[in-house]
Amino acid sequence: MSEKRLPLWLRVYGVAAYAYIYVPIIILMVFSFNTMKLNIRWEGFTFRWYGVLFNDQQVILATRNTLMIAVVSTIVATLVGTMAALALHRYRFPGYGASETMMYIPIVIPEVIMGISLLVLFVMLNFTLGLFTITLAHIAFNIPFVALVVRARLHGYDNSIDEAAMDLGADELTTFRRVTLPTIMPGVLSGAMLAFTLSLDDYVITYFTAGPGSTTLPLRVFSMVRFMVTPEVNALSTIWVLTVFLVLLAGQFAQNRRA
Amino acid sequence: MKLRVLIAVFMPVVLLVAACAPSGGGAKSTELNLYAWSEYVPQQLLDDFTAQHGIKVNYDTYSSNEEMLAKLQAGASGYDLVIPSDYMVVAMLKLGLLDPLDMSKIPNFGNVDPQFTNQYYDPGNKYTVPYMWGTTAMAYNKTNVPFEPKSWADLWDPAFANKLVLLDDSREVPGMALQVLGFDKNSTNPDELEQAKQKLIELKPNILLFNSDDPETPLITGEAWAGLVYNGNAALGYAEDPNIAYICPTEGCGLWFDNLAMPKGAPHPDAAMAFINHVLEPEESVLITAEFPYSNPNAAALEYLKTNDAEAYAAYMGYAATNPPADFLKAAVPVKDVAEATTLYDQLWTDFKGE
Amino acid sequence: MSEQATSITRNRTVGLLSRLRESRVFQGLALISPANTYLFLFIVLPLLMIVVLSFLSRGAYGNVEFRFNPSNYARLLDPVYARILMYSLAVGFGTTVITILIGYPLAYFIARSPARQRSMLLFLILVPFWTNFVIRIYAWIMILRGGGLLDSLLQGLGITQEPLGILYTPTAVMIGMVYEFLPFMVLPLYTSLEKIENSLLEAAADLGAPPWRAFLRVTLPLSVPGMIAGTILVFIPAMGMFVLPDLMGGAKTLLIGNVIRNQFLTARDWPFGAAASMVLMIMTLVLTLFYTRKAGFSEELLV
Repeated sequence: MSEKRLPLWLRVYGVAAYAYIYVPIIILMVFSFNTMKLNIRWEGFTFRWYGVLFNDQQVILATRNTLMIAVVSTIVATLVGTMAALALHRYRFPGYGASETMMYIPIVIPEVIMGISLLVLFVMLNFTLGLFTITLAHIAFNIPFVALVVRARLHGYDNSIDEAAMDLGADELTTFRRVTLPTIMPGVLSGAMLAFTLSLDDYVITYFTAGPGSTTLPLRVFSMVRFMVTPEVNALSTIWVLTVFLVLLAGQFAQNRRA
Repeated sequence: MKLRVLIAVFMPVVLLVAACAPSGGGAKSTELNLYAWSEYVPQQLLDDFTAQHGIKVNYDTYSSNEEMLAKLQAGASGYDLVIPSDYMVVAMLKLGLLDPLDMSKIPNFGNVDPQFTNQYYDPGNKYTVPYMWGTTAMAYNKTNVPFEPKSWADLWDPAFANKLVLLDDSREVPGMALQVLGFDKNSTNPDELEQAKQKLIELKPNILLFNSDDPETPLITGEAWAGLVYNGNAALGYAEDPNIAYICPTEGCGLWFDNLAMPKGAPHPDAAMAFINHVLEPEESVLITAEFPYSNPNAAALEYLKTNDAEAYAAYMGYAATNPPADFLKAAVPVKDVAEATTLYDQLWTDFKGE
Repeated sequence: MSEQATSITRNRTVGLLSRLRESRVFQGLALISPANTYLFLFIVLPLLMIVVLSFLSRGAYGNVEFRFNPSNYARLLDPVYARILMYSLAVGFGTTVITILIGYPLAYFIARSPARQRSMLLFLILVPFWTNFVIRIYAWIMILRGGGLLDSLLQGLGITQEPLGILYTPTAVMIGMVYEFLPFMVLPLYTSLEKIENSLLEAAADLGAPPWRAFLRVTLPLSVPGMIAGTILVFIPAMGMFVLPDLMGGAKTLLIGNVIRNQFLTARDWPFGAAASMVLMIMTLVLTLFYTRKAGFSEELLV
């Protein structure tokens, strides 16, 4: 869609929707400064939990693990998932129906089943449980999510545009890079972001495929809140969100400078 | 040409797989893989162990016995130590998932109060050493309750409508109903279980929520007035609001023991023994008590606490959640593994909640 | 072998390869095979083990015994499981409908914003979901709790006197579910809305169509694929979700996700859990395929 001034109601709605999404996050951030250990109601202001957080070796290790798994699984799943979406959109080949059906299985499979069956498989294959096995599992559940979003984007995409480019002498790689990719890019980007989000937050499948020393943030946080929900977990989320914001702002700033 | 793209795409994956491929575990005991309940082993205790023995500890967590079991049951896990509860020890021994301990390397075992050794689940302590213990009983907030409940049956009173918090546990909750009806908490009789289910259905209008993680929170906020909780929850609630009482109702209550044990095929057994012995040192054991409000089976540790921190000792001894009085303990019954009848309890729970 | 023969063979090989490369079947297979191989290895293969498991027996201590036992499936005929399934379907359906209602205008808003801001706006939708799932739920609990932040606000403004008592009710579950799943609806909707050319809408306007008519006849139909993708991404996980309903609904009812989880993590009846999972999976898979085919998601093979 091209740029046109948005109607007022739409702008108001947009602001309201973002407010809805951000209210819980802001509350969560505010309560990271709460003095009350059980964090039920506001009692007073402190930076204490940030000190606790920065000295929490387990959380630091878990953050590193989580990011590594999320980045690698997102990259691989985005590549494989996008290829699959292109294949399902443009081509007919033997086993089309089976391939398409297989794409939905990771979405319909209950998490516990996927976790336990992968655990049994990895044990049978004699893989050491750890970051590697968690990453393999995350790629598996991320591929279909990427493929689905990219397919939604491809839907109605006119393949004759590609053919026209090739008729004009562009080879396939050039056609893909200059014609296909820019068109499907919003889909690829959305798919990748979904995959990243899913990977960051996964608990059940990660739990079963993890091994000694490969604890991730969701595993760590789940176990922290089992005992009591201290503001330390809020502090963790706050830092996380603020970091992402800074990166976004820097990106936007750079983009504006270039423009 | 697509082929080139394919290769370009797949090379990194292949390289990644090759790079990360599992390497055989070279068993030098400079590491210990501890698999324990979350928030159960203080960081200070781990740091002390590393400082004294030069062994790095990987502390991974689980949040229920069954989660831990599921993982070990599937096969090689790579863990050296786990902390199963009493009934879980029975199941793990039946399934052959534990290796015996080398007691000659655990001289501190003598520190454990004899009333907590030689339990039904591991006679002679060949496989386990007590870590912490506790109870499951009734907590209520004195400021809110219409009358002070003395028995579980009191919770059925309409005055508690929508004001109860119960553990989300398919054994403890039916166990409470069985006790109210005068049956054994570990009954496997289908008739008795059916009656317990009907009794629980009658309780439904009084239940505000099930919560096994932080049932103390609704008791503090006043959303719930009374409930079935772990001693640790009651102690946390008490620290926040001294009006939260913890009692063993007349029909009886629950009892649990958590134990250090070594999974079969543990890669670093010597480190595991050293760690168990370390945990039993009085000055290390008190670290656990200082941070987590459960009951400590280590007599030497409590002695140590008495001489070194009289205030903490008085607090520990003064509240029923950490130091239950004798008559409290006499009425406390542990949940046992009921083998095939586990399915009956699951069916009861499904029928009750899905009703 | 003579030199000539070698060269002929080579030419033939090259010819075959290039023909193969130009063959659309081959190209399609080349693109799909990484996903197929991966999913076969890490999804289908483990799943076959689950199929076998679903016909075995529970041992006394929760172990799996290799004794053929079809009764795991028979047990599912108990009406209580049908009730639980219906309730789970209702939760999934409610979540999906509300996320569409809230998410559609939001996706539309992003898609119609200036191009330079779109990826930023999209990111902003997702950033909150990079915090932890449980922590977000606890934030909602703090808002909705009796005497919590919402009650304080409403009472402070003099709108209400008594606590609303939303927490631990189905309403609380819906509020939390819609919040959690909103991005999974907005993202695919955005990807379909974003590609709609403005010229199409202008053409509609030129032909005298009022904006609402242009929306109904042009925008809405063109965004159907996004809605289908979003429905799949929301409905299926929402139906299987149980952590959020337990925390915000007070765990007073069981969802199908609870039942399956309980078999592995409390009752330790793996075979029954496997059987329940198989039934659930086959049902949702059939439903998904039927739905996508019916809605024309797959009939896009233009060549």
